Amino acid sequence: MSAPLAVTLEPFRKQLEGVSGQPQKTALEALHHTGLPDRRVEDWKYTSLRFLAGSVFHKPGKNYDSAKARAALAALGLAEGAVAELPRLVFVNGHFVADLSVTKGLFACSFYTADKAEPGSLVRSDREPLAALNTVLAENGVVISVPEGIDAGQVLLVSLGQADSDAVSYHPRHSVHVAKGGKLSLLSVQAGEGHYLHNPVTEVFVAAEAELRHVTLQAESDAAANLSTLYAQIEERGNYDSFVVGIGAALSRHEVHACLAESFAQVHINGVQRLAQTQHGDITSVITHAAPDCISRQTVRNVLDDRARGVFQGKVLVEQIAQKTDGYQMNQALLLSGQAEIDAKPQLEIYADDVKCSHGATVGALDDDQLFYMRSRGVPEGEARQILIDAFLEEVLELIGDETAREVCKTVIARRFPVSEEGA
Amino acid sequence: MSQFLDISGLNARIDADGQEKEILRGVDLVIPPGEVHAIMGPNGSGKSTLSYVLAGREDYEVTSGSVSFQGKDLLEMEPEERAAAGLFLAFQSPVELPGVNNANFLRTAVNAVRRARGQEELDAVNFLKTVRAAAKELGMSPDMLKRNVNVGFSGGEKKRNEVLQMTLLQPSFAILDETDSGLDVDALRIVAEGVKRLRSPQFSALVITHHQRLLEYIVPDRIHVMAKGRIIHSGGPELAQQIDREGYTKFLAEAA
Ligand SMILES: Nc1ncnc2c1ncn2[C@@H]1O[C@H](COP(=O)(O)OP(=O)(O)OP(=O)(O)O)[C@@H](O)[C@H]1O
Ligand SMILES: [Mg+2]
Repeated sequence: MSAPLAVTLEPFRKQLEGVSGQPQKTALEALHHTGLPDRRVEDWKYTSLRFLAGSVFHKPGKNYDSAKARAALAALGLAEGAVAELPRLVFVNGHFVADLSVTKGLFACSFYTADKAEPGSLVRSDREPLAALNTVLAENGVVISVPEGIDAGQVLLVSLGQADSDAVSYHPRHSVHVAKGGKLSLLSVQAGEGHYLHNPVTEVFVAAEAELRHVTLQAESDAAANLSTLYAQIEERGNYDSFVVGIGAALSRHEVHACLAESFAQVHINGVQRLAQTQHGDITSVITHAAPDCISRQTVRNVLDDRARGVFQGKVLVEQIAQKTDGYQMNQALLLSGQAEIDAKPQLEIYADDVKCSHGATVGALDDDQLFYMRSRGVPEGEARQILIDAFLEEVLELIGDETAREVCKTVIARRFPVSEEGA
Repeated sequence: MSQFLDISGLNARIDADGQEKEILRGVDLVIPPGEVHAIMGPNGSGKSTLSYVLAGREDYEVTSGSVSFQGKDLLEMEPEERAAAGLFLAFQSPVELPGVNNANFLRTAVNAVRRARGQEELDAVNFLKTVRAAAKELGMSPDMLKRNVNVGFSGGEKKRNEVLQMTLLQPSFAILDETDSGLDVDALRIVAEGVKRLRSPQFSALVITHHQRLLEYIVPDRIHVMAKGRIIHSGGPELAQQIDREGYTKFLAEAA
């Protein structure tokens, strides 16, 4: 390639050299054309990628620190209780690590190789520049295929980042297929140390009458960026029940494109964000009702402290054919400081006439009457605040159907935000 | 003078939409240990405000006066410190806490207070036993312990829940702000018995009420009439009947 590199791609210059493979070349061309989005791009109005500028992201080697990785797994609560018994796939800096993984009991699982980036996939490298970057640079990832009628149980997928002085970036490409009537519960945990970019792309196919429960726990390093893009297609009576918990990273975006492709399909894109200091967390989704009688549900709650900023963009597109659509969307924020901020952009685009779609948003602070009531019963202020925050999140965390996954999420949230002695 | 509770020249105001509003205008009140006093008075006279100021609500600004409680300067203490020191306020309008389990909250409160008092915390099993027994004595269904604090409780259920909290927190001084309002006759008796059970030389109470009825069950040592932010008259328990018959007109005229 001799075309000049877009400024926004400068951090990846080295990695983008010498790309081979047709899908990769096509994606790179698209990328050259657009660069990474800046805030003039409508969908990126509230989230800036300036955080990436000024760094040079290296391609990580396969070496990793095993003791650190094990300590990280333990710190995430993955070494004890029910979750410790699950089959697990552990990646460090985007490379699969067999030593840390347990593949016993795992159903049809293989690994992504660059030649699999075929055009038949759901990924839209032509539309989403970060997906294009992934397509160009992806070298690894997991491919899980649950056969027809099989309940594949629970699987744990872990991504750990390890960066020292050099910033690294890794761009895994995962895909999950659940065939007709099959079932799977997937818990994806993302964490790490140091300055890195984790840019995963995940494709999800839920066939007729199949069910996929998918919980993503984003607890990346404070110095990291997590920019995730997920594409899901759900067929007749299939159910994709997803939940994202965002507590880590300096900059994060969880972007979901879900298509209800056949009738009576369901999708749930729920989540919570609990952010502090100068963290920026973005949950963006586009749900397309492309068939009649489908259901979409979305409840997102944000707890933002200090100067943290939360973004919620939720688009629900109901095509003309999608009569009897049942859509619900709610975004709520609890601001713990005067400098915290939430930007919410709900967007309903409805072309069918017989639909039931509701959406709403609330923003508020902790309730003084409630705090005083609890303190008057002897509960110290810090603990009282914590109880109210937990109660706010709890109601949504209950939507996580997989109990093991729910407990892991709660544990990690509690460890990251221990009760303060003083209160604020 | 080190009385159990000594309120002297207490003035407090609130900032209501940018306007300073004087509510307490020189409250003087002494409650000795082991005594139960009652406050009666017209709506809006400042009874609840006094109870909030004593409990430490920050919306009210104390402009002058003092409150000493067991020899300590009460107004200097945080609300949770006052609770640990033995003060309890049963709210006129108990606050709902959605998403907060009632039994868990009770345990958190009881253990916070025990910790602050240097007592050992109760474990889950022991606590549950204690709380179930206490709830039963107050005629509360066990189901109310599993629900969220005050959420969807009827008026009377909320008041019983306040008395349950009081029973478990073992205060040395309780303020009951119209805990009798909204209670049926049976509940009234149960609540009164709850207070009676606490009566001892180490326990004092301030009962705010509009109804003579409660004072038939909990016979107070003194009754005070509050109007326009001050105590304008004090007397023995017989005052309740007089107020019931004649209203406040006479006292108001005398005070004017
Ligand atoms: N937060 C507030 N903002 C504005 N005004 C207030 C506030 N709190 C109390 N007041 C006013 O102060 C006065 C005293 O109120 P308070 O609730 O103390 O009366 P009360 O004696 O308890 O009345 P009741 O018998 O009706 O319960 C009232 O006029 C009330 O409107
Ligand atoms: Mg009142």
